[in-house]
Amino acid sequence: MQYMLLLTEPETEFAKRNHPEHAGEYWAGWNAFLGAIAQAGIIVNGDGLQGPHTATTVRVRDGKRMVQDGPFADTKEQLGGYFVIEVPDLDTALEWAARAPSASYASVEVRPVLPPMPKPAA
Amino acid sequence: MDLARDTAERVARESYGRLVALLAARSRDIAGAEDALADALVAALRTWPERGVPASPDAWLLTAARNRMRNAYRHRTVTAAAEPDLLLLHLPDDSEPQAIPDERLKLLFVCAHPAIEAGIRTPLMLQTILGLDAARIGSAFLVSPAAMAQRLVRAKAKIKEAGLRFEVPFPAELPERIAEILDAIYAAYGVGWDGHHGGDAGIRDLAQEAIYLGRLLVSLLPDEPEAKGLLALMLYCEARRAARSDAEGRFIPLERQDARLWSRDLIAEAEALLIAASRFGTFGRFQCEAAIQSVHVQRPLSGRTDYSALVTLYRLLAERHPSVGALLGYAAVLVEAGRAAEARAVLESFPAEEVRTHQPYWVTLARMQDALGQRDAAAASLRTAIGLTESEAVRAFLRTLL
Repeated sequence: MQYMLLLTEPETEFAKRNHPEHAGEYWAGWNAFLGAIAQAGIIVNGDGLQGPHTATTVRVRDGKRMVQDGPFADTKEQLGGYFVIEVPDLDTALEWAARAPSASYASVEVRPVLPPMPKPAA
Repeated sequence: MDLARDTAERVARESYGRLVALLAARSRDIAGAEDALADALVAALRTWPERGVPASPDAWLLTAARNRMRNAYRHRTVTAAAEPDLLLLHLPDDSEPQAIPDERLKLLFVCAHPAIEAGIRTPLMLQTILGLDAARIGSAFLVSPAAMAQRLVRAKAKIKEAGLRFEVPFPAELPERIAEILDAIYAAYGVGWDGHHGGDAGIRDLAQEAIYLGRLLVSLLPDEPEAKGLLALMLYCEARRAARSDAEGRFIPLERQDARLWSRDLIAEAEALLIAASRFGTFGRFQCEAAIQSVHVQRPLSGRTDYSALVTLYRLLAERHPSVGALLGYAAVLVEAGRAAEARAVLESFPAEEVRTHQPYWVTLARMQDALGQRDAAAASLRTAIGLTESEAVRAFLRTLL
């Protein structure tokens, strides 16, 4: 089955990405995780995302486009990246989720990917 | 006809969980497995009276249910073209009974999986392993049948769609995962126990179902001392059921129970289990609680309750598996052991928030205050306790202490 790991981070962690003192440690943790999950050969795809300050949210209401600076929800933890992995079951997906550095200070949401829709009958 | 029906009912009772576990293990589709099994049972009642009861009714039902599941799957995936009903095709050869592998342990681990909300784990076990219907489970848990059915459906959908693992967990996580199963079984016993004074036979039976699950777990995990500890604990409690209330349904506390009404068979079985568990030499919450029960049932032999042993056991329990219940038990036996001042220190350590509406706290507090000669405070605490009591039988008993 395919699962998406939605990796969230608090602002303090996003700030470490370019911090002269903390960036090394921050990226070392993520690279180690990335290395392990890549070596397991289970990645379908995945990316890190730029921080929430780069987010723009769009809503269309009554035909009118409303554009908002910032992420869709104002929460302490924001989406920082994702992986889609191919593993036999939820338990295995949870094991990988628990290994993500952010699981220890924020959270990782694990969701099964919707299977492909059957083709509609002709 | 009667033989067919009796056999179908007996197989449904004894093999329900076994067949559901086997049918759901690969597909993770518990609801589909239950539906298929229900259809297979209907087909059995239709077929067996005519063709005779098969030599291996389990294998017959398994094959019929498998055919039904395959058929249902085809109907979903292929366009809804008419397909022959495969339910009764390819039934097993009757000549030799087939052994049905037991996958119920895997099913128990799935029901008590950490990804499943804790409150629905016990109802899931009662339904998937024992075949109890949502109405009966709902009445025991004080939830409407429709609400319980909906919660069960949602949990089964999560198991299937989120892809929970139908396997025994890895050794590293095994103790924690077994603890989740033990908790869920004990919760079923607790509901059955509390229901005792309500007079609802259906709820009372839940204690029996919990004991059935306890026995099942002991047989599936013979090297797990806590499984034995839990079963021993439930059997000690069950042994005293007849002595727990008088003819008018009034509550009788343990100390005043007529020990002649206790079931010696159940006590003997519990003692044997506790001894077997202790051979593993590891502390466990349920073993410790069972040991506490074991001390209580010694009273008729020695003529007195060994409170110093109870103080030791409760202190161990409170230290190793801290809970409000364990600390309250510790305080209560300190009072009985003539150490009310120490009990006061324990009771004062509780955060007020946590115990304000906790009836056992106020009962224990009243007992401690009484032992220290604080009659007015004791009466006030007892009145609070009565106000917080749900059971009429217990309320009536507490009033006699005022």
